[in-house]
Amino acid sequence: MSAPLSGELAQIGKSVVVKGELSGSEDLYVDGQVEGTISLKGNSLTVGPHGQVKASVEAKGVVVQGKLDGNIQASDRVELRKTATVNGDITTQRISIEEGAFLKGKVDIQGRAEAKGATTK
Amino acid sequence: MKFFRSGSGGTETAAAEPALQPTRRSSGLAELTRRWETEETLCVLDLGSTSPGNIRHFTGLGHRIYSEDLLTASTEPNLLTKDEQGSVILDSRQFLADNLVYPAAHFDVVLCWNLPDYLDESLVRPVVGRLWSVLKPGGMLLAFFHTKDAGPDSPCYRFHIVGSDALEMQRIVMRGDSRRGPASTVRPPAGDGFQLQRVFNNRHIENLFRDFASIKFFLARDNVREVLVVR
Repeated sequence: MSAPLSGELAQIGKSVVVKGELSGSEDLYVDGQVEGTISLKGNSLTVGPHGQVKASVEAKGVVVQGKLDGNIQASDRVELRKTATVNGDITTQRISIEEGAFLKGKVDIQGRAEAKGATTK
Repeated sequence: MKFFRSGSGGTETAAAEPALQPTRRSSGLAELTRRWETEETLCVLDLGSTSPGNIRHFTGLGHRIYSEDLLTASTEPNLLTKDEQGSVILDSRQFLADNLVYPAAHFDVVLCWNLPDYLDESLVRPVVGRLWSVLKPGGMLLAFFHTKDAGPDSPCYRFHIVGSDALEMQRIVMRGDSRRGPASTVRPPAGDGFQLQRVFNNRHIENLFRDFASIKFFLARDNVREVLVVR
């Protein structure tokens, strides 16, 4: 599967390993390894099929195709695709989980105001 | 032997699926439904395989749902150890260090489904003890137990809520996915699924849940006892 095409998209490829704090104001596609925290308050994170993320994530939208260990706080939407493995709690306004996805953790659906508040704490 | 009967009812989700799964009526579920349809913001723990339908069901009602697949977690190879006699067992302390890690009295409802029948013997009592502690006083737990008439090869199912008293059943097929624990259990899964480990009788079940305040049995027509216990 290829990375989504977008004018404002940063990519972390399969062979890249990042440790530390990631923040930004553009969408991020991670197909490598990230350990730490990811903060993209008005933008989206996509964890690609080869992506392995060990981080707490704050973003507008989060799509997981690979593995994510850590809590997700999304002000808009979370999508777990069929190959996703997520170990952590999810707080979001909307969620979509494909058959076959694996989740160990909590799902907490919050209203618009609550979800926005959660990502701006 | 056919273990579960196919039935009608609660087929909204089933009708939307490409392949129809069998469904069954559940008296225990019906009793729980009355609770989660009348109370707000419950904390629910689903111990089956991740079910998008169940997550959608509970979040749609405004509840918080926790998903944890204990059966798959029990296949982690690092749990293998030996007892004093040298027999291979699963390390229940390690298992409880890695799983069911929640504050005391956190959940209003625990959905065990058929977990106790398929979980390794060394984990059953420790897990039930932990479930007692994470349930709130007055919290309810639903579990299914086979009767001996079900036969030793009864397939392991995951359960999706499709109505107030209806469950869609999907046979569990082990994935060869190392991220979720290779299939190297003490008693290896039968074929591509989990193997029935034992058959509890009523006395065993009462003994298993002896620390709980009350226990209610529902004998179904498909060789299953449904058990609803209250802490």
